[in-house]
Amino acid sequence: MRWLLVKDLQILRRSPLLLGVLVAYAVVIGLPVGYGISAPPSKPRVAFYNGVPAAENTFDLGERKVDASRYADRLFEDIEPIRVDSREEAIAKVKDGEALGALVVPGDITEQLQNATELPGISEPPTLEVFYAADNPLKRRYVEQTVKARLADANLALSGEVTKVAAGALDVLLAGGPFVLPTGTIDVLGLRRAKTVLLDAQRKLPGNDPQRAALQQVIDFADVAITSLNFANPVLGAIAAPIRVETNEVSGGGGSLEGFAVAAAATIALMFVAVLLGAGMLALEREEHAFGRLVRGLVRPSALLAEKVLLAALCAFAVAAGLLALLALFEPVPLDRAPRWLAALALGAAGFAALGVAVGALTRDVRAASLLSFLLSLPIAALALVPSGTVGEAAFGAIRVVSALFPFKPTLSALDAGLNEAGGLVLALAHLGLLTGTYLTLARLALRRFAAQ
Amino acid sequence: MRADAVSKSYGQREALKAVSFAAEAGEVVAVIGPNGAGKTTLLSILAGLQAPSSGTVSVRPAEVGWVPQQPAIYSKLSVAENLRLFARLERVADHDAAVERMLALTGLEARADDELGRLSGGNQQRVNIAVGLLASPSVLLLDEPSSSLDPRQRERLWELISSLAREDGSTVVFSTHNVGEAERYADRVLVLADGELLFEGSPAEMVRAVGSPERDFEAAFVRFLHERGH
Repeated sequence: MRWLLVKDLQILRRSPLLLGVLVAYAVVIGLPVGYGISAPPSKPRVAFYNGVPAAENTFDLGERKVDASRYADRLFEDIEPIRVDSREEAIAKVKDGEALGALVVPGDITEQLQNATELPGISEPPTLEVFYAADNPLKRRYVEQTVKARLADANLALSGEVTKVAAGALDVLLAGGPFVLPTGTIDVLGLRRAKTVLLDAQRKLPGNDPQRAALQQVIDFADVAITSLNFANPVLGAIAAPIRVETNEVSGGGGSLEGFAVAAAATIALMFVAVLLGAGMLALEREEHAFGRLVRGLVRPSALLAEKVLLAALCAFAVAAGLLALLALFEPVPLDRAPRWLAALALGAAGFAALGVAVGALTRDVRAASLLSFLLSLPIAALALVPSGTVGEAAFGAIRVVSALFPFKPTLSALDAGLNEAGGLVLALAHLGLLTGTYLTLARLALRRFAAQ
Repeated sequence: MRADAVSKSYGQREALKAVSFAAEAGEVVAVIGPNGAGKTTLLSILAGLQAPSSGTVSVRPAEVGWVPQQPAIYSKLSVAENLRLFARLERVADHDAAVERMLALTGLEARADDELGRLSGGNQQRVNIAVGLLASPSVLLLDEPSSSLDPRQRERLWELISSLAREDGSTVVFSTHNVGEAERYADRVLVLADGELLFEGSPAEMVRAVGSPERDFEAAFVRFLHERGH
């Protein structure tokens, strides 16, 4: 086996163009795909017309002045605004296809906000206008959902502000103190102090004075009001944020997006190099007509397969490790977890190499082996990268089963676990070990048929 | 070397039907017959490439030098690297000496470091044969060894093969489509048709067996097959 390995390395050394293209292909495909799948979708371009003059951006909320533009900024967290000078221009941008949608803030929005806070239930709520391009339902839905989500955030923030003001006013009503009005600041007695005053007044009245019963009624009312208003603040807090979100992970790892991108890029590089080399170098034995000569007593077929797996896995490991070293310049690769990700790289390389050898055992020449490797690699990578929730339950179940039959998904999981804090490393490595054995067995069976021809 | 009642079936098709023959040391035997007669199947069973469905072969693959029809060597390696690789795989004791011996035998000393893919078809075939001879086998099997060679290269090839039988006492069995070559270089011919061994003897015996006025071996061979429905 040693001499066959040396022979194959000599052949690779004498095919620098082929080897260069293979390595470059793996890296050039791996990097953008890895980062592409992990990058958040780009912000949709939305035409934005703000009809509110800069000086009129604020409205009064109780004693506070609130800047409405602060809430409008929330809209731009997920969209790329194209600022325009009129409502018509915003609509034209959508029609021309320059923007996916348009958001129009009417000039009287602060006045509407003012009215809404002063005359709740009577005045119309403040209204923004949103326009969509209807030529592509997918784009329309995307923009619609993005704008709605951000508007909900802005609404929530604004209602939080209103709640704070209302809670402050209730505090004054309860405990008393200064209260700012447009006409000036007044000192409010407050219910608690009012109750104290009333109790004092009642004590000073003669025991049979008929005013005592009337005062007692007012004191009782003050008690009820104090008790009720004591509950008001927590209730207002609950209204401001009625639902609390608690995030839990039930499957998959907890690694970072950047770490996952590195794992995906390395997995793609491993796949291309190992599958293509494993398939190609075994098919080369047949193309050179040397296979028959080798297996008629010089080398056992299983040893020949093991040699090809070792060769392809070593080369793929070297390329993927080099890629990780390159990526480490931009995204830190954790050296303290090196044994974990090196194990993932090694077993991933072995799994892909065994798959490549199985492909090589089915084909007669290098060209067919390469073509079959490409035809197989691209869909298994694509399927393994389909996130849950993007397809129906049955389709995702089928995708999971198919992905489990190939080394891409377990290699990605193992590398993600090794490079990031994600869990499931041992399971993924065991899965890869099982797949390597299975593909070697399939290759051995295919070679039996091959030798008989 | 002896083959006893060797048969081979692929599913329902019988490629070889109980073929038996023996070849002595120093003897050159040609296996001839029309296309699909089973020549390559017989040689590949004798070489140990595949097992017979029934019957036995007296020699082990390790004792046999195998020269397939197409050069079974690596075009990206040099002549010497190919020979050295196979010498190591054959576990030849002194592989460097074996490589030198084969380079001398094939007359390719000057091309030892040339990549095989840059050599002519004839020279590649000489390296192919040299690989088959590396372990000094007692039996040499060649499948259509001259099919890709020009007349001059063919002449040199047969000189080499004849000298192996004559001087080293090797048993040589080769298949060929070229009936003239069989007549010229073989001591004995085996005629196969549809997997059946129809004739075993010298070319002169074949001519006599046909019993026709033709004294030409090729014409006698064609007439022999025709009379037996092939």
